[in-house]
Amino acid sequence: MRLDEQTRPDFPILQRIVNGHPLVYLDSGASSQKPRSVIEAMNRYYERSHANVHRSIHTLGEEATELYELARDSVQRFIGAASREEVVFTRGTTDGLGLIAETIGRTLAKDDEIVVTELEHHSNLIPWQLVARDRGAHLKAVPVLADGTLDMAALDRLITRRTRVVAFAHVSNVLGTITPVAEIVRRARAVDAITVVDGAQAAPHLRLDMPSLGCDFYVFSAHKMLGPTGIGVMYGRRAVLDSLEPGRGGSEMIKEVWIDRAQWNDLPWRFEPGTPPIAEAVGLTAAIEYLEKVGMERVGEHERALTRQTLEGFARTPGVTAYGPPVSVDRGAVVAFAVEGLHPHDVAALLDAEGIAVRASLRDAADAPARRRRHLARDVLGVQLAGRGVAAPGGGRRAAFGAVGGPR
Amino acid sequence: MSAAAHGVYSDVIRERWRKPRHRGEVPGANAVAEDVNPLCGDRVRMMLTVAPDGRIEAAGFIGDSCAICTASADVVADLVTGRSRADAAALEVADVLNVLQSEIRPTRMRCVTLPVFVLGQALNGSKRA
Repeated sequence: MRLDEQTRPDFPILQRIVNGHPLVYLDSGASSQKPRSVIEAMNRYYERSHANVHRSIHTLGEEATELYELARDSVQRFIGAASREEVVFTRGTTDGLGLIAETIGRTLAKDDEIVVTELEHHSNLIPWQLVARDRGAHLKAVPVLADGTLDMAALDRLITRRTRVVAFAHVSNVLGTITPVAEIVRRARAVDAITVVDGAQAAPHLRLDMPSLGCDFYVFSAHKMLGPTGIGVMYGRRAVLDSLEPGRGGSEMIKEVWIDRAQWNDLPWRFEPGTPPIAEAVGLTAAIEYLEKVGMERVGEHERALTRQTLEGFARTPGVTAYGPPVSVDRGAVVAFAVEGLHPHDVAALLDAEGIAVRASLRDAADAPARRRRHLARDVLGVQLAGRGVAAPGGGRRAAFGAVGGPR
Repeated sequence: MSAAAHGVYSDVIRERWRKPRHRGEVPGANAVAEDVNPLCGDRVRMMLTVAPDGRIEAAGFIGDSCAICTASADVVADLVTGRSRADAAALEVADVLNVLQSEIRPTRMRCVTLPVFVLGQALNGSKRA
């Protein structure tokens, strides 16, 4: 059985009829839908076990704590982290990247350099702009080549002895480009720069193994990988986390407090101030279990097939232009395309009338509009089509965009 | 946009999008403003020629925008032409919606309001001719 045929019944929302058509949800890049097991795990938690974690000494408090910490173990296993202390829960990718930027930002000096790429989502650009402004540091961006890949020769020129941070996406949210993480980390490490990887578009789709990527930080959100909104993961390499002061203060992150100082808690809680997203952690565990049951290799296989079919379909369709790496290159399951003569919003509205949900945006990449216009690859960035994951419904949608629906 | 567009946009929107009456530069315009919709990057520039007596003699727009936004800008230009400056400044989104005859979803309402907002900027920002 095809993967989407097998998994579709697990997603209650895919029973919906939208504008008279069974829902075809191709906006997982923005936020994925949730399998029943995730929804039920969260309900069960709220109905049976909810309490605050860590310091509530009663049955429910203990259950909640156990479930919350179980999520950490699940994440550790899912991303191949060396220890559970390296898994810090945040509110999401944006929160995690912001936390890292704030925390590392305090250690930067005037004229230090931060290197990002032109592929970055705003979440991995703006925090670094703020840090650069506050610290008098310089922000530099690795250009994107016409085929949607990073200009690795330019990377060598941009990384200097002054480079303190190299922050980049694992998979581009617009072009689907998969960046060579281990190689970029190697070059950054040569100058002792800290590496920060935005894994928001990778975690739902690729088998992750932190030691083989080698990065210092890796950040992602649960809600793009079948889990709930409101929780994300900041993986930090133990040695780096140990060396950093906490970026934010509150309960949970301290051991002892005096009026003028405090002693920090152990890892990972040192970076988790306040009541964490507990039900969301429970949901994340269920999401990881679901993905593991399906198998990330199978998820990847299915997505590669859908992406190939989409790109080939677009290539055959007059007036439709797809962007990003060519079909021959291994890439993420996101396809940006433009329809000649039609504004992205109008394309999205027409598709919605057919029950097909896509992302319409000119705005989801970090580039300034004026600069964007100079870049062939992004000049006409139109509707961003995110057909992905086990939630990507397939099954013979017809009409001009039938090719994007999935294998027939 | 043809057949499929029927369920999506009103006849007025489709017609105004296909054949806007006021698209293009307005030579000698003396009240001009431009802004973007931060949600989608739509950009609209409204251009007015305001006569010495305060009457708007000509109005036009250029922009990079969706069908709804284009239609809205065209309607705005239509409605203010011939009006006094004060009358034009009093134009409301409801007036535009009334002409568009289309149910606009909340997510697309900004597409309608942008040209109205830019009109206000043009009228406020310009020097009295």
